[in-house]
Amino acid sequence: MKILVPVKRVIDYNVKPRVKSDGSGVDLANVKMSMNPFDEISVEEAIRLKEAGKAEEIIAVSVGPQKAQETLRTALAMGADRAILVMTDDEVEPLGVAKILAKIVEEEAPKLVICGKQAIDDDSNQTGQMLAALLGWGQGTFANTVAIDGDSIEVKREIDGGLQTVKLNLPAVVTTDLRLNEPRYASLPNIMKAKKKPMDEKTPADYGVDISPRLTTTNVTEPPVRQAGEKVEDVDALVAKLKAVGAI
Amino acid sequence: MKTLVLVEHDNTNMKDATLAVVTAASQLGEVHALVVGSGCASVGEQAAKVGGVATVHVADDAALANQLAENVAPLVASLMESHDAFLAPATTTGKNIAPRVAALLDVMQISDILSVESEDTFTRPIYAGNAIATVKSSDAKKVITVRGTAFDKAATEGGSGTIEGVTGAGESGLSSFVSEEIAKSERPELTSAKIIVSGGRALGSSEKFEEVITPLADKLGAGIGASRAAVDAGYVPNDYQVGQTGKIVAPEVYIAIGISGAIQHLAGMKDSKIIVAINKDEDAPIFQVADIGLVADLFNAVPELTEKV
Repeated sequence: MKILVPVKRVIDYNVKPRVKSDGSGVDLANVKMSMNPFDEISVEEAIRLKEAGKAEEIIAVSVGPQKAQETLRTALAMGADRAILVMTDDEVEPLGVAKILAKIVEEEAPKLVICGKQAIDDDSNQTGQMLAALLGWGQGTFANTVAIDGDSIEVKREIDGGLQTVKLNLPAVVTTDLRLNEPRYASLPNIMKAKKKPMDEKTPADYGVDISPRLTTTNVTEPPVRQAGEKVEDVDALVAKLKAVGAI
Repeated sequence: MKTLVLVEHDNTNMKDATLAVVTAASQLGEVHALVVGSGCASVGEQAAKVGGVATVHVADDAALANQLAENVAPLVASLMESHDAFLAPATTTGKNIAPRVAALLDVMQISDILSVESEDTFTRPIYAGNAIATVKSSDAKKVITVRGTAFDKAATEGGSGTIEGVTGAGESGLSSFVSEEIAKSERPELTSAKIIVSGGRALGSSEKFEEVITPLADKLGAGIGASRAAVDAGYVPNDYQVGQTGKIVAPEVYIAIGISGAIQHLAGMKDSKIIVAINKDEDAPIFQVADIGLVADLFNAVPELTEKV
């Protein structure tokens, strides 16, 4: 079976985002960009399923600017077999991405789509669930462990109270949480090999779906800054201070 | 505007997360609540008492016992024919169901709102809360998840909503519930605890975490949290994680022990009223947000603190 893995190019998770002074957004000029960390976990899980003989082909797909190519090359270097770049300089909302992905699913007929649970830029946590809805598939969100068994997949999910296991008929959508796996680094030989792996370039228009935004961002501001308080010398001073502010 | 609020519950008790959503919904218009579950009549009664709730729709069906998104979303989508906005708590339940509803309605969801500016404009955190975006929705119907710490809790008494039964579409046939491992604890839940004691990687092992953090939490009647590093290292289960992609908390007092303060962690706790940090690295970023900091070896300081509080 085929596995489709959507990946997003986002600000590197180690970079502290800076809000532009005109309130139009976050300054991404000359900022290090990387693959969304949850998407790395998705790519890794797809590779592990392939290595375990549960999948034959892994297709990485990204909706984004020309530079999202680099993100797809990273996925290829990790072990994806081929890539599709749906190129657009416009910001595409999760609903729009889900609509494009649904069309790609129609063309490629994967049995499993593995998405990151959220992108660390817009923190929406929507695309996988929306894709499952559009396709009429089951969804296993916030996956901690997955196990494919014939025509179904068991997904152990990280939920607020602990863990929940659900069984989904394939095809299905899974979204990844942090504990699913630890993604590998691409080796240098694999990075070289990835350059020769096929990458299709498409545009949203090729899929004929309406991705015009439904939300308008009218302003972006810095959150209120918290001021550092004071340091105390020892535990006695800490206890006194806690009592003084009514904390205990 | 008629709103529909997804009630968070375990088929017996309504969860506190619901109350902030009711407050957010009441800023938009009339509040209708939806209880989806099995054997959940008592939850419907609790929801009807919440201040400001006009009607409670109760869908009581064995197929809805575990609130699988595949079964719940079509029911919500059909109820949305007569409502203008669907609001769910930004819990794992809400985050699982709401986007599925949004896609069925062809609506772009507004995730994790912090405030209601007008009936189509909201603020929400982006980039791990390092920026706050004001967004205006052009969709006719709204689908929203609500950050629990950003809204006051509605009163649990005083309301007199009418209870109406609704029927779902039954089993989707797409998914089924297998099992659940829910931690049973006498401790306050993280998202509603007044005090949280939270531990990081510096604890070094699950034994040390238990030995150092638990007695302090017990003495303070506190909830226990952890940084992602401590969860990844296996010191504590996933449901302890506080941060951008874990739980968002805002207790009266947050005591961060051996937590350096990565931006992803700060995103989950920086709205706490008083932040206390104990860390041996005086340059740890956690001290930049802490109201009270103690530079010390936690293995000495925390037991001493436990003894003296």
